[in-house]
Amino acid sequence: MSAPSRRSILAQAGSMLALAATPGLAAPGPDFAFPGGNGARPLVKDFPQKGTMVLQRSRPPLLETPFTDFDSGVFTPNEKFFVRWHWAPPSEIEPASFRLKIHGQVEREQSLSLSDLSKFERVEVAAVNQCSGNSRGFFEPRVPGAQWGNGGMGNARWSGVRLRDLLDRAGVKSGAMAARFSGLDQPTVSEGPWFRKSLAVEHARQPEVIIAYAMNGRPLPVLNGYPIRLVVPGWYSTYWIKALSDIELLDAPDDNYWMKTAYLIPDTPRADIKPGQTGVTMVPINRMVPRSFITNLAAGAKLKAGAATIRGLAMGGDCGIAKVEVSADGGRSWSDAKLGRDEGPYSFRQWTAKITMRGSGDATLAVRCTNTKGEAQPDTPNWNPSGFMRNVVEHLPVTVI
Amino acid sequence: MAAIAGVLVLAAAVAEAGPLPAFKAQSVELPADAAAFPDGPNVKTVTQNCLACHSADMVLDQPLLARPTWAAEVTKMRNVYKAPISDADAALIVDYLAATHSPP
Repeated sequence: MSAPSRRSILAQAGSMLALAATPGLAAPGPDFAFPGGNGARPLVKDFPQKGTMVLQRSRPPLLETPFTDFDSGVFTPNEKFFVRWHWAPPSEIEPASFRLKIHGQVEREQSLSLSDLSKFERVEVAAVNQCSGNSRGFFEPRVPGAQWGNGGMGNARWSGVRLRDLLDRAGVKSGAMAARFSGLDQPTVSEGPWFRKSLAVEHARQPEVIIAYAMNGRPLPVLNGYPIRLVVPGWYSTYWIKALSDIELLDAPDDNYWMKTAYLIPDTPRADIKPGQTGVTMVPINRMVPRSFITNLAAGAKLKAGAATIRGLAMGGDCGIAKVEVSADGGRSWSDAKLGRDEGPYSFRQWTAKITMRGSGDATLAVRCTNTKGEAQPDTPNWNPSGFMRNVVEHLPVTVI
Repeated sequence: MAAIAGVLVLAAAVAEAGPLPAFKAQSVELPADAAAFPDGPNVKTVTQNCLACHSADMVLDQPLLARPTWAAEVTKMRNVYKAPISDADAALIVDYLAATHSPP
């Protein structure tokens, strides 16, 4: 695919102007009630291989999972899995001619077909894929970027081959420091920075890092990375390169824009700083942090006084869940939730809890989790200028009737 | 000891998988943009430049941002993403954003 010239870009803009005049297919959707407003988003169902999704951006597509879908189980259906592209996704994919190249600091360059990949040992891992900026819209003060609610995440069973096995086939040279990944998406403007992300070679060789050819037992939707994508369990989605086609072994740390300038977090606990704070060391975003959500009730739900059952999901970040606790009184008192089936340390874990609603009128439910490393969700939100890594304890306003 | 425990955890996390699915040629078409830039000063310049790379909702969904923040966004589009926007058009675009999508 060649990048368009300025002339063709302007011609395209003209045609977009014409398209924009036609009514869209969007229906009214959720209002995320972001601080300061502007949180209403439409629902759309006209993206290929996707069901009804919250539209965050038409082009390049940003689609959020409607939050009620997270109540259907621990795994997010493929057609409901969130979508996030920096550049235009590939529109044509020909599996027979598709190749994954491995080059750079290797003994034997590789150009692997999908059939070649099938000859490596096949493995499966359940893992949460979450956008670095999931929940960004709730940051206060607000920050620019994709204004996600809480649905910029999903959990799937990823089937594929170990990255390590492919690297061994290529023979990584002893001086290699990083493996850099990129996919079939190309910059809209030819000089724009190709989306590329890197892992240290040591991380790339960990057994849980795989190249997935299926999610939840089916081929990946094109918008989720067909035919193969990198899966980096425990780390934010920015590293999970979609339509993965190129692996380059580097003999120095990666200084490309997407590693050196974009997707940086303050090197502070919880990536938390004060608005306007300067002199902070910035580092590439990396491991995820624990989060938990109530999924069977929405804000404003009406509950009868007395016993009620609440249900939801929790994730440990880069390890399993040790404990989920719930509160029916806005966080003054807590009780343990019952954990559902353990699908592995990188998966969502479903939980249920019986609570007692007292009195009548406004009440606040809350849920918090602690991971197996002893790391708990914080009571106060973190803040950083990119809106990354939100994981504050979630509160849900309800009414007792 | 910690290393051994780690290996055991990972062994449990990664299980054996079934065979590869049948890969079929894919050709996808994305829907048209769902939103357009609302009227405002220089909206034609905004539409001609910005829609080349992204739909209008990328802008419209942002919180109300102060003029310097919008100016920085336009500069990023030009310098980082190499959007071919002239100096004159960039100034007009910032005026539009400040007029239509900034705090009062």
